[in-house]
Amino acid sequence: MKKFEKFTGIAAPMPLVNIDTDMIIPKGFLKTIKRTGLGVHAFDEMRYDRAGNEIADFVLNKPQYRKTEILIAGDNFGCGSSREHAPWALADFGIKVIVSTSFADIFFNNSFKNGMLPIVLPAEQVELLMKDADRGENARMTVDLEAQEITTSDGQVIKFEVDAFKKHCLLNGLDDIGLTLEKAAAIDSFESQSAQSRPWV
Amino acid sequence: MSAPKTLYDKIWDAHVVSEDADGTCLLYIDRHLVHEVTSPQAFEGLRLAGRKVRCPEKTIAVPDHNVPTTEGREKHIENEESRIQVEALDKNARDFGIHYYPVTDIRQGIVHIVGPEQGWTLPGMTVVCGDSHTATHGAFGALAHGIGTSEVEHVLATQTLIQKKSKNMKVEITGQLKPGVTAKDITLAVIGLTGTAGGTGHVIEYCGEAIRALSMEGRMTVCNMAIEGGARAGLIAPDETTFNYVRGRAHAPKGAQFEAALAWWKTLFTDEGAHFDKVVTIRGEDIEPVVTWGTSPEDVLPISAVVPAPEDFTGGKVEAVKRSLDYMGLTPGQKLTDIAIDTVFIGSCTNGRIEDLRAAAKIVEGKKIKPGMRAMVVPGSGLVRHQAEEEGIAQIFIDAGFEWRLAGCSMCLAMNPDQLGEYERCASTSNRNFEGRQGYKGRTHLVSPEMAAAAALTGHLTDVRELI
Repeated sequence: MKKFEKFTGIAAPMPLVNIDTDMIIPKGFLKTIKRTGLGVHAFDEMRYDRAGNEIADFVLNKPQYRKTEILIAGDNFGCGSSREHAPWALADFGIKVIVSTSFADIFFNNSFKNGMLPIVLPAEQVELLMKDADRGENARMTVDLEAQEITTSDGQVIKFEVDAFKKHCLLNGLDDIGLTLEKAAAIDSFESQSAQSRPWV
Repeated sequence: MSAPKTLYDKIWDAHVVSEDADGTCLLYIDRHLVHEVTSPQAFEGLRLAGRKVRCPEKTIAVPDHNVPTTEGREKHIENEESRIQVEALDKNARDFGIHYYPVTDIRQGIVHIVGPEQGWTLPGMTVVCGDSHTATHGAFGALAHGIGTSEVEHVLATQTLIQKKSKNMKVEITGQLKPGVTAKDITLAVIGLTGTAGGTGHVIEYCGEAIRALSMEGRMTVCNMAIEGGARAGLIAPDETTFNYVRGRAHAPKGAQFEAALAWWKTLFTDEGAHFDKVVTIRGEDIEPVVTWGTSPEDVLPISAVVPAPEDFTGGKVEAVKRSLDYMGLTPGQKLTDIAIDTVFIGSCTNGRIEDLRAAAKIVEGKKIKPGMRAMVVPGSGLVRHQAEEEGIAQIFIDAGFEWRLAGCSMCLAMNPDQLGEYERCASTSNRNFEGRQGYKGRTHLVSPEMAAAAALTGHLTDVRELI
């Protein structure tokens, strides 16, 4: 996984609440057996009409937001399915950070596995960033994971919380499986104990 | 004496392999269920890294999302991408030596119906699957939740997950349900009350007299939609109903081992005085048959209500409701029972079990569906289908004008040929009413099997209590 580095990018406002995984990547695109190439289908049914033409007033189709790297979203982003195709599609589009007041658990976890940073902030701060993002490509925000700070286009600094382990993995581009396999001895010993205490498993 | 624990605490503690200083744990996984949509990239990852499946004997695969529910599917799946995914699962199951139920096997069906049916799911286990409705298995007092494909690969390779513990939430349904009110109405009513983010960061334990009175099928329906309330998982403490369901199943323990398991399972309950971070209590008597009117599972109202207006809401929900009403083609003030339906879908991991089919059949017996109505029944597994045929239920549906189909996820998520057309409106026993969920521009109203059956007869959303 690529290391998550400090960057400055365009933020797009998506104030709709409960943006679900079916909106992020409709089921028609779950039939791939690859992880890549889904960016063009991110938000497909909101972004294109049935003939495949872009819907002009969808935020990511507007000229100033076509290179969005930060989404400022309404409450409960990513609710619904466990499909990792949702973060794959967003990451492939170029999204690196999503800010909301809350995320669905599975989507939240899936994002970290794909080098993306979901940030939870209180409603007032999301509102402030939403307003900033509304200013189009003039609103370039800086996200510094190391310092746990978002800097708005006019220099306002907003601190955010992040799980220490997840932060460490993102900053260093670490692969979870590799980390877990270092604990193989503990898994072995759990299994042999469990073979005694719960032999039916 | 140790501090009182919740059911969730007990199962969690029994599965911690290691814990870091910051509370990040390695959690052991007892059962891993796999289907064709969220697994190909995980198996590919194993191949690329030269890894194998650590515990193939604890891993079970079944194709369900993509498979057509019509005859001949074992020979040919028309949609090329679907066919490739199912073929990839065939190959991966074979190459990695995991238990597999292909479409040619009568035991094939929706993964969350097959697992319990075959006795793979047992009380006190940890169960995961690359599907959010894994919450279903919580009905057994198993800690069960959906995971993404990266985590599928992680479990395949290590039989563990990296997890932090969630908070405890209690949802108590007291008293008794009134006639015509079902497990589906309970679970929808809870989401209607708490919202789709109400359970975020929590594991819900459902308890109370009305939950205790449910069959295993009903309990699975309740837990199935815990995810729709935002919870990581839903749990119901195991009891005699659970033990009787499990006893004798193909992969459940037998003889002395069953007795040993039973002794442990009987300790799986929330201790007196254990702490819950959040508590919700609903009187069973207050729950009515409900229906969803919008495009979020929290958009729930009793069938006797009218379509709400955006002004009835606050904050970001106002815009969301405007969008929902536009998408659903509904007008504020319209009576829910005046909404005309053209499609009825009975099935899914929420309501595709034998008890669901029996309940719906009772409503339609001796009657005909409304002319022009497209109504389908899709049993959750080949064995459910077989049992329904043996009991004469299949014939009741066929005589009434329903299509009687083969097992699969079908119209719950429209990844297969069973889909809604644009602006078609469906009374559906499934779990999500998201935009486009059952087909592009399709409109979904979530209901119980009984309510779906009633709508099939009358051609509009109907209070099933008028038919019983």
